[in-house]
Order: sequence, then structure tokens, then C-alpha cells
Amino acid sequence: MREISVRQITDAMDAACREAVVQLPGDLLAALRGALERETKPQARDILALILQNAEVAVQEGLPTCQDTGVVVAFADVGMDGHITGGTLQEAVDAGVSRAYTEAFLRPSVLRDPLDRAGNSGDNTPAVLHVRLVPGDRLSLTVAPKGGGAENMSALWMLTPATGPAEIVERIAAHVAAAGGRPCPPLVLGVAIGGNFEQCALLAKRAAAARRVGQPHPDGDVTRLEREILAAVNATGVGPMGMGGDTTALAVHVELAPCHIASLPVALNVQCHAARHKTVVL
Amino acid sequence: MGEPGAGRQPRLHAVRTPLDEATVLAMRAGDPVLLSGRVYTARDAAHRRLVALIESGAELPLELAGQVIYYCGPTPAPPGRPIGSAGPTTSSRMDPYAPLLHARGLRATVGKGERSQEVRDALRQYGAVYLAAVGGIGALLAQSVRAARVVAEADLGPEAIRELELEEFPAIVACDAHGGSVFGR
Repeated sequence: MREISVRQITDAMDAACREAVVQLPGDLLAALRGALERETKPQARDILALILQNAEVAVQEGLPTCQDTGVVVAFADVGMDGHITGGTLQEAVDAGVSRAYTEAFLRPSVLRDPLDRAGNSGDNTPAVLHVRLVPGDRLSLTVAPKGGGAENMSALWMLTPATGPAEIVERIAAHVAAAGGRPCPPLVLGVAIGGNFEQCALLAKRAAAARRVGQPHPDGDVTRLEREILAAVNATGVGPMGMGGDTTALAVHVELAPCHIASLPVALNVQCHAARHKTVVL
Repeated sequence: MGEPGAGRQPRLHAVRTPLDEATVLAMRAGDPVLLSGRVYTARDAAHRRLVALIESGAELPLELAGQVIYYCGPTPAPPGRPIGSAGPTTSSRMDPYAPLLHARGLRATVGKGERSQEVRDALRQYGAVYLAAVGGIGALLAQSVRAARVVAEADLGPEAIRELELEEFPAIVACDAHGGSVFGR
């Protein structure tokens, strides 16, 4: 059985966090450049150009692209033929987050107790860790530091089976319009349809954070739904930072899951334009 | 939707704090602003404390008259820099506190996203303005921060009240003192 030490995991998390908050991923930059080419409103074009300029300045200066360096969400796909030695996965992940956030001057944004607003944990731990067991002996870690402004605009609706796809599209567009500039559009939207209450929310987060920006779903029917939602959201005119424009969302990622005959949960995870994600495989 | 600035060409305002009423009244929604001088950072936890101090009649750790509050919790300053990444946070979370601070003379706030009707009414009543900076570009905006020091509520860490010295910090007049707004138009 292959052994993976907690030290390897900690080192990988440390490096992934540092990179994710400073260097925006290539898929996101390509989506932003595409949006700038298509955008017709001058002020919206100015804002998109500033976002792209900021991405360059961040790398040159070694500063985070955004001061909200987020709560670290870590998706761990753990190979069943591997064995983690020297501690628990959560401890290893948190040690990496702690090192990155304290040594690289990143903002700690985690409260130990949600009702004690002055109790910052100081090193941005704990991370939110989602584990799946997968075939093989490798450990894949995707790090997605998530900002508060966008996460606050996310939603979960327990709809009834009478609800059709058109109503889902309409509901999402209305929700994004009401959120306006608060979640820092242009957005990446993760949408999950089906599953149950908790599965639906997690699937929406995975859709927003772990898929390459703008990569279409492999099923053609789902791809069409993604395009419909994207068109409806962009037709709201909210635009970059809510100040109007054609570009309210860069991409919509939809995932489906089997669900109860009585249910139709729909979750919307709202991701700001700093759609940071970094994957490492051990 | 009240938008007295509609039809007028946007006008650049290069201003230095503290701001007097005439400076603010000349600003119209959609106008670009380059903000220089001293501003204070404060966000959720600091606002709760400021308002608690006002309500208990205690003295505030900062003078509000003519001043500007920037809704910002920066990343820690790396060695040799005044500040880390320093962009705006979502302003609407501070909506419940803003009218009371404007009543005490606060002339402007800087943040991102829409404001409540209560805040927009307060801007009109007290001759104040809400400026929007672009969110998510904190590395770029940090280039306009010349100096920073914690002046109050240091225990709040990233949420502490800081005094920043700005030089031509770029923003847009989002909600003006005449009822105009760049949102929802």
C-alpha cells in the first residue's frame, strides 16, 4: 500500500494556497479576456480591463489579487489504495493553510465561534474539507479559497417536482439580479439540481469551484441548460460590479443528481470574479 | 429613479480629505473620483463597536466630521510595504450603521455594491456621498495606499480601524447627495 505522509500534504496545501490567491488560473483569465472582447458598455469594459490589470500587478508585486483571501475550501479525492501516515487529513490540511496564511501575509478570515465576532482564529484555520474515496493510490487536492461577499449571495431552494426548467432559469436570474454588485460580478455560477438538501449544496459548490471555468457539461441537455441560464443572467444587465453591462456571469456550471420522487432541490453557489482554484496530485 | 446627473457628461473629481459639503454636492452618480488624503478603514465588527460607543455617549477613537470611511479589511503588510492587498468589501453589511455615522458628520464611505434606501436618504439629508471602488482588485488598489497604521480596535486584527494615507485612489460616485445612483439604471 502506497504511503503519503502528512508532511507532503501540508507542503502541498501551503504551496497551493499561496499560488491560488496571487496567480489567477489560466481558464479564468481566458474567460475574462473573452468577456472584455464581447462587452459593449464602456464602463463595464473599463472594469473588466482593471480586473485583468490587477491580475498582472498581483503577480508582479507578489500580492493577493483580492484582500479577501477567503475561507479555504479543500476538495480531497483520496485513493483507496493509499494510506495517510503521521496524522489526520484535516490536521495536515490545516497545517498547510496555517503556514501559508501566516508566513505569506494572507488575511485570516475565520472566526472560531460564529457568535463571537472578535474571535478570529488568526491563521485562517480550520479549512472546509470535503473528502471522496476514489480508485487508485493517489491523493488529489483542489484548493478553492472562497470570499465572503460572494458566498453570502448563494442560495438553496427546496422546490416541488411541478417546477420546470424554465422556472429554475427564471429563479436563478432573478436571484442574481437581486444580488446586484454585492457578490463582485462577473460571476461564475455553480448550479446543482437534484440530490437532497446537503448533497445539492455541496454539488453546487463543486460545480462552481472545481470545474474549469466555462468547461461545458458533457451531457448535451445539461450544456443547453447552462447556456440558457447564462443568457438569462447576462440579460439582467447587472454587469461588472453591478454598474451595468453585458457581463454579469462568465460561466454557468450545472450538475445533476438523482433525487426523491417528492423533491426538487436546486442550489446556486455564487462565485465572484476571483474564481481561484488550484489542483495538486500526490 | 432619481438621477439628476442623467444626460450630463461624467466629471472627474480629484479631491483631498477632509471633504467639505460643497465638494460632495458637486459629485454626481457616475463621476470618477481620485481620492487623496487620510481615510479610515472599518468593517463589520468595528462598526458594531463605533455605534455602541455613540449610543452609550462615549468618545469615539476617530473624528467623523468631514471624514471618509473605507470598508476594507486588508491583507497584512509584507515587509517593506505600507499595506497588503486592499480592495473594498460589500457595503450593504454596513447599511444599518451608516445613517448614524453620517448624522455625526461622516462625509463619505467607500465600498462596493448597492446601498439601502435608508443610506441613500441619509446621503441626501446630510450632504454625503457613497463611492464605489472595483471589488477584487486589491493588489492594484494597494498601489494608491502610501501609509497605514492601526488607530483603534487593534484586537480585531484584519477588522481593526486603520488610518490610511491615499494618493489618487480610483473610485466612482455610486450614490450621490441628490438621490442619484449608478445601480439599477
